[in-house]
Amino acid sequence: MFLSPSVIGVLLFFVLPFFVVIYYSMIDNPISGKFVWFKNFGNVFANEAFRLAGGNTLKFSLVAMPLSVVLGLLLAILLDRDIPLRSQFRTCFLTPMMVPVASVVLIVQVMFHYNGAVNQFFSRFGADKVDWLKSPHAQVVIIFLFLWKNLGYNMILFLSALESIPRDILEVATLDSANPFQIFFKIKIRYLTSTILFVTIFSLINSFKVFREIYLLTGKYPYTPIYMLQHFMNNTFADLDYQKLSAAAIIMSLVMVVIIGILFIAENHFGKDVEE
Amino acid sequence: MKKFSSLSAKRKKRIVGVSVAVLLALVFSLIFLTPIVLTITNSFMSQSEINANYGSIFAKTERGSKVFISDIVNLKFIPDMVSFTQYYTVLFKSPNYLFKFWNSVILVVPIVVFQLLVAMFASYGFTRARGKLKEIIFFLYIILMLMPYQVTLVPNYLVSTWFHIVDTRWAIWLPGIASPFAVYLLTKFMRRIPSSYIEAAQIDGAGEFQIFRKICAPLCKGCLYSIAILVFIDYWNMVEQPIVLLSDTEMHPLSVFLSQINSGETGLAFAVATIYMIPGILIFLYGEDYLVEGIMYQGGVKG
Repeated sequence: MFLSPSVIGVLLFFVLPFFVVIYYSMIDNPISGKFVWFKNFGNVFANEAFRLAGGNTLKFSLVAMPLSVVLGLLLAILLDRDIPLRSQFRTCFLTPMMVPVASVVLIVQVMFHYNGAVNQFFSRFGADKVDWLKSPHAQVVIIFLFLWKNLGYNMILFLSALESIPRDILEVATLDSANPFQIFFKIKIRYLTSTILFVTIFSLINSFKVFREIYLLTGKYPYTPIYMLQHFMNNTFADLDYQKLSAAAIIMSLVMVVIIGILFIAENHFGKDVEE
Repeated sequence: MKKFSSLSAKRKKRIVGVSVAVLLALVFSLIFLTPIVLTITNSFMSQSEINANYGSIFAKTERGSKVFISDIVNLKFIPDMVSFTQYYTVLFKSPNYLFKFWNSVILVVPIVVFQLLVAMFASYGFTRARGKLKEIIFFLYIILMLMPYQVTLVPNYLVSTWFHIVDTRWAIWLPGIASPFAVYLLTKFMRRIPSSYIEAAQIDGAGEFQIFRKICAPLCKGCLYSIAILVFIDYWNMVEQPIVLLSDTEMHPLSVFLSQINSGETGLAFAVATIYMIPGILIFLYGEDYLVEGIMYQGGVKG
């Protein structure tokens, strides 16, 4: 009874239409309603733009995901000890999360423009100028923005995981004259596995959302290295090509389900290590 | 004697370690804060100062007109002259920006309020009665929550066309309110409420609704703040939904509009960007601990 408002909402706005999406993905067009089964999927896979977008998204996720896990962990380790200004640092790292991307887009443009600040900085060391957002390096800018926005979040998760490691185990290790590296890699990492997996999932999901940053920086048709899946979807929305749209949505949801499934299984597998 | 020297060596090592950590943390903080600080300070520059500094970047889109601008970009932290003209223009002269700000507010606030309300009921339902079916539904919620916009926008769009609410705010409100995110977090929290509380109330003859209102809801207060913050930043930032579901740019929120400000008004843009940050920053200043809590619930560390 208490569930009903929410369940109705979810059914109405997500689940039921999703079945229609499945239906649309297998028919010729909504008027004739002729079943063509998997032809639409084939078309989407053959589509140049979809391949480009998929490849770029994959490339981006593969770089951004590990970086955000490792750097987030690094920040957490920095703040895990008694250092001066600890809580102030935490605040600094978290602030980007609260700032809308749209607000900093202008300054990022200033920084990474051909005549921008980053180029001037590097040209002092004799590096060539690049127009970051219109070059093969465009993804670097986006990765920077992604990390800027998400590291604080990851850090908080790692920090609370580090704090929940039982102190006595660490004390025993120190008494046994284990050095900090041993303590970290042999003990702490084990307690962190489930958090690492969670942060990995979340970074992955967030990396699919990076379209927002790119759209705000460069508009609907960005330079090819940063043409992402969401651009493809958006531009397909503009054409109102339901078949293509549905097929692409289903392909992506399947990919997501597989990824999430793998990570859940991995968590079950590794997570047990500590709980015993 | 020997013991003493080894102790001081250890101490020295510690001091070195701490200072390295502080130094690294400082570098990171600097990188994190620079874009924000720059945006704020630049909003106090006059248009001519902005042009002089960044002209070469933003002028390129202005075709035809030749403006004298330097080729080099000066990234400046402190304006030559603090001027409030940009703010004056934004607030009193061009209602367009305020209008878009209002759009953002009117899109986001109902979503936050009603998503939480719906979630309160739903998570109570998930907490009180557990069965195979409910577990399956809950799992479905998790999967749904993890789906990117690329996937969920297609069903959302379809429903909106059925109900003829595309191009109205309802197309954004309703899926936002139905979003499973708050349900997930709140359920995780409610399941940790000791069942003895609820049993005690039952013995005292409280009905389901009374238990919900008098026991569960008050206990969730802190958690609700946390979730409200997370939901708020998510939707305050929204870009995907409006550009797909609202073809009328008049209704677009400020987040989308900011990227389309034309080059002649870059000075204004900095001021608008700063104004747009303010709600987020204020909430953060007052609710940092709630935010941190919320992240922890999400991470399952506290779940």
